[in-house]
Amino acid sequence: MLRVEEIHKSFDDFKAVNGASLTVEKGELVAVIGPNGAGKTTLFNLITGQLKPDRGKVVFKDEDISKLPPYQICGRGIARSFQIANIFPRLTVFRNVQVSVLSQQGKSRKLFYPAEKLAVKETNSILESVGLLDKAGSTAGSLAHGDQRALEIAIALGNEPELVILDEPTAGMSPEETTATMELIKRLADSRGLTILFCEHDMEVVFNVAQSIMVMHQGLTIIQGEPDEVRNSSQVQECYLGGAEPC
Amino acid sequence: MFRDIFNLKSVGPLVVIFIILLILPTILPRFYTYILAVIFVTALLAMSLNMVVGHGGLFQFHHGAFYGVGAYTVALMLTKTSLPVWTGFIAGPIIAALTGLLIGAFCVRLTRLYFGMLQISLGSLIWAIAFRWYSLTGGDDGMHGIPMPPIISSQNSAYYFTLIIMAICLIIMYLIFKSPFGATLQAIRDNPERCEAIGINVRRHQLIAIVIATFFAGIAGVLFVVVEGSVFPDLLFWVFSLEIFIMCLLGGWFTFAGPVLGAAIMISLRTFVGIYTEYWTLILGIILILLIFFLPEGVWGYILEKFGRQSKEAIEGGSK
Ligand SMILES: Nc1ncnc2c1ncn2[C@@H]1O[C@H](COP(=O)(O)OP(=O)(O)O)[C@@H](O)[C@H]1O
Ligand SMILES: [Mg+2]
Repeated sequence: MLRVEEIHKSFDDFKAVNGASLTVEKGELVAVIGPNGAGKTTLFNLITGQLKPDRGKVVFKDEDISKLPPYQICGRGIARSFQIANIFPRLTVFRNVQVSVLSQQGKSRKLFYPAEKLAVKETNSILESVGLLDKAGSTAGSLAHGDQRALEIAIALGNEPELVILDEPTAGMSPEETTATMELIKRLADSRGLTILFCEHDMEVVFNVAQSIMVMHQGLTIIQGEPDEVRNSSQVQECYLGGAEPC
Repeated sequence: MFRDIFNLKSVGPLVVIFIILLILPTILPRFYTYILAVIFVTALLAMSLNMVVGHGGLFQFHHGAFYGVGAYTVALMLTKTSLPVWTGFIAGPIIAALTGLLIGAFCVRLTRLYFGMLQISLGSLIWAIAFRWYSLTGGDDGMHGIPMPPIISSQNSAYYFTLIIMAICLIIMYLIFKSPFGATLQAIRDNPERCEAIGINVRRHQLIAIVIATFFAGIAGVLFVVVEGSVFPDLLFWVFSLEIFIMCLLGGWFTFAGPVLGAAIMISLRTFVGIYTEYWTLILGIILILLIFFLPEGVWGYILEKFGRQSKEAIEGGSK
């Protein structure tokens, strides 16, 4: 469904993404792993249009989307969350998700109809599935960190995407919260039939969740394959799982 | 379908205020009636600015330009053409909105402060035209004694006309504020980057908001001519735009009704303090500083914060 081909992006002289490739098949749960600074966030920004690649292609459902602005990429069926909570802090939790649902339904520009009557069922169902329904009336900016992370995901779900991209959904979480979030992601993939691409810097977290793992290092794809294949790859052992010495 | 938005509890006090305003001219001295009418015009203007500043997060630094365009349009049509009067009244807001579309189309390509700076320069260009083109606009003297149709030419009838048009405009603005368009606009204010990522064409949305806001600014400009019977370049001068901006901040720019309060306070100050001192701009500066330090949410924002969390949530569009 999604194919990233040999993509490159430099900031000034620094090559943040330097030939990364990735394939995501429909219905899969795919993880990108790599240490901090490997270029995961930059890769995701290239896929969803926040950044434009210097070289390489992003193909989604047989269309090259690498030159489209973010809102059009979203319209093609890709939604995303961000590593640093990127919500609407002054709006209520409900409204945060509702705005996304309204956008999906093409109702963002409706002028003379009370917003509060629209997309209520869809919004509540999403809030329920991420466990935020009881906080629907709170101001988003006042939520605890963990809840803001969940809201991040909920906003992305509002778009009814075919592919959801989650940038380190467990960032800044305790081990228990991390486990819970991974379970949430798995549950969402199963219950909503979503295709999910997410990234993570801690390799152990993803092995029993993801069906396919792509390992990234210094902007480069080292390998993509099934968890066992990746675990046994000598290159990955050397580079990543290996000793304290990062390469 | 609007029953929930206009429930009795929230509408009741407003109806009472409206009735009081209807009665006031019969008991107030003429001068105060006039000041009230000026407050209505300015309140509408500040409310229109707040649509883009407070709810849209745009640095609309030269809103006065569109107000002035509305006022000059109607003034020129009434004095220089023999078209029916009402065409002038309709042309005012339309020309203001077209100007908003033109200037806005350039501005929305820029971010934040650059948006504001470009708007000040383009707006000042319009001011320069009004200021320099003597043969058409009367230059810095402006135009005076603009003839009004008899039905709104007396002071009281001008007052009622202004009050009613303002009330209608505020109701429409409230509906927009509560609509999906308004909700999305507030989301853009909070986080434009995220809005792009959920499929919203941010620039398009902002441009539409500017066109709507400048349309209402044009209506305020027309009402100004109805109340004052004259126009002058100061309407489009950037200092006045700053004043409108301060009205929004002063009243509370994240609230819906704040700018009305801000306009009332500023007009009263200018009228009654202005009599005693020439240093009006100095006072403006002091107000601004006090605001930033002590009332960052504005007067109305402060009142809502202190006395009614409930109503604040209702105003800012909670889920209930
Ligand atoms: N906008 C930017 N300008 C300059 N350097 C950047 C920018 N964004 C990211 N980088 C650099 O690119 C590298 C990769 O960053 P990032 O994609 O955020 O990695 P990850 O998400 O894997 O931790 C980092 O070294 C970072 O400093
Ligand atoms: Mg990152």
